[in-house]
Amino acid sequence: MDKKTVLYDEHVKLGAKMVPFGGFIMPVQYSDIIGEHKCVRTQVGLFDVSHMGEVTMQGPDALANLNHLLTNDFTNMPDGRVRYSPMCNENGGVVDDLLVYKKGEGDYLIVVNASNKDKDYEWMKAHVFGDVELVDISESVAQIAVQGPDAKKLMLKLTKEENLPVKYYWFIDHCDVDGIECLISQTGYTGEFGYELYCAAEKGPELWNKLLAAGEEFGVKPCGLGARDTLRLEAAMPLYGHEMDDDVTPLETGLDFAVKMGKEEFIGKQGMLDRGTPAIGRIGIKVTGRGIVREHMDVVADGRVIGHTTSGTVLPYVGGAHAMALLEKEFAVPGKPVTVLVRGREVACETEALPFYKREK
Amino acid sequence: MNTPRELKYAKTHEWVKEEDGLYVIGITDYAQDALGSLVFVNLPELDDEFEAGDAFCDVESVKAVSDVMTPITGRVVEVNEALLDAPELLNEDPYGAWIAKFEGEIEEDLLDAEEYEEFCENEAE
Repeated sequence: MDKKTVLYDEHVKLGAKMVPFGGFIMPVQYSDIIGEHKCVRTQVGLFDVSHMGEVTMQGPDALANLNHLLTNDFTNMPDGRVRYSPMCNENGGVVDDLLVYKKGEGDYLIVVNASNKDKDYEWMKAHVFGDVELVDISESVAQIAVQGPDAKKLMLKLTKEENLPVKYYWFIDHCDVDGIECLISQTGYTGEFGYELYCAAEKGPELWNKLLAAGEEFGVKPCGLGARDTLRLEAAMPLYGHEMDDDVTPLETGLDFAVKMGKEEFIGKQGMLDRGTPAIGRIGIKVTGRGIVREHMDVVADGRVIGHTTSGTVLPYVGGAHAMALLEKEFAVPGKPVTVLVRGREVACETEALPFYKREK
Repeated sequence: MNTPRELKYAKTHEWVKEEDGLYVIGITDYAQDALGSLVFVNLPELDDEFEAGDAFCDVESVKAVSDVMTPITGRVVEVNEALLDAPELLNEDPYGAWIAKFEGEIEEDLLDAEEYEEFCENEAE
C-alpha cells in the first residue's frame, strides 16, 4: 500500500496525475511535464518532496560516524552548511546518495532518497558505533522545493531576506515563513537556483498553499516528479538506481568530488582501491539519428556493447533527445560516434559533455 | 472528451475511418490526453503488413513509450510523415492527425462513439 504525503489532498485538488513512486503515491504532473520544466528554468516551480527520508544523527560521536559511513569528509564543516555524499557498501558500490545538514557540533540532519529510506536507516543503524543516536523523523517532516530564477522574489513575499541562505549548500534553521517555522536551504535537484523548505508535517499544506499564492504574480506552477526527473537529467545530476547502484562505485559514475580517498578510513574505501582505476565513466549521449534513447539501453561501438544508458529522454529546455550513459573509459569522452539499441532499432548517437544544461550565474 | 460520431473505436484507444476503400487510423482524444505531450512518433514503413491487434507504431512522451495497435489485418499504404517533425499534432488535433492508412480487413468488434465513451468512463474509474 503506497503512502501519501501530507500534501496528497492538495495535489488531487490541483488535478495532478498521481502515480506510485518510492513507496508513495506522488504527482507525476499537474498540467504537462514540458511546461512545468520550462517554468522552473524561466520562472519558478514548486515541488512536493515530502516523500524524501529524513534521519537525525546526534551525539558526541556523530562526526566520526559520518566520516565512517560516508565517502565525503565532514571534518571542518561549519554549522549551517549542507554536504552531498554517497554512502557505500564494502565493495565500494553505492547504498544511496544523500545530503548532510550540520546544525551544530554533534547535531546533523541526513536527507535520503524515499525509495531507499528504510534500507539506509537499517544500514546506518547496523554500522554506527559509540555515543550516537539515529532517529528516522521522515513521518514528521514535510519538504517543499521552490526552484527557479524567481524563487528568491517569491520567498521574500513570505519571509525576511536574512532567512534566505546566500550561498549554494548553505541553510538557515528556525526561519519564520509567514508564521510557519521552516529550515531553509539553498539546495535542489533541478540545476536551477532555488530553495528547499522543511517544516512540521502538519504545516505542510498551509505552507504549500502560501507558496502557491505568493508565487502567483511570478507565474509559479506546481511541478511533478516528471519535471523533477527531466530537470535533474538536463543538469546531469545522478539518480540512485540509474547512474549508480550497489554495483557502481561513485568513482565510476563521476562523483570523485564527493569521495575523499585521503580519509584514513570509510566503508567502501578498500573496495574502491581493490577495483583500481575505474574502467567505466559517465558521459552524455546526443541522439543524432531519429528516436528517443531511454534508460537501460545497450550502447554499441566497434561492433560490441561498450556500456548502457542510465537515464534519457527529450530534454524540454535544451531540446533534442539526450541520455546519460556508463561507458568503457575510452568511449566516455565527448565526440565519439556510437549506436544505441532502442527496442531492437539502431539509433545513431554521439557522446557529448555533461551537463547538458548549466545555469548562468 | 471529444468523440466524433462517424468514427469506429478500438478498446486500445485508436480510431478508424473508412475512406476511399482504405482505413485511416489515429489515436483518440482520450489517448492523447492520457499520454501527455508527445515528442516522438515511430511510424511504420510503407507495405509493412500487420494482423489486427498488432502494434504498428509507437508514440513517445517525455515519460514513456506507448504502442499504437492496428484494428486492421492488412498492409500500410500511406503514413502521415508530417508527424515526424510535429508529433504534437497528435495532441493538438487527434482526429485530424492520422497516423497511417491501411488496406485490408477491419476487425469486427470495434466500438461506436457512444460505446467507446462508456468504455472510457469505466476505465477511468
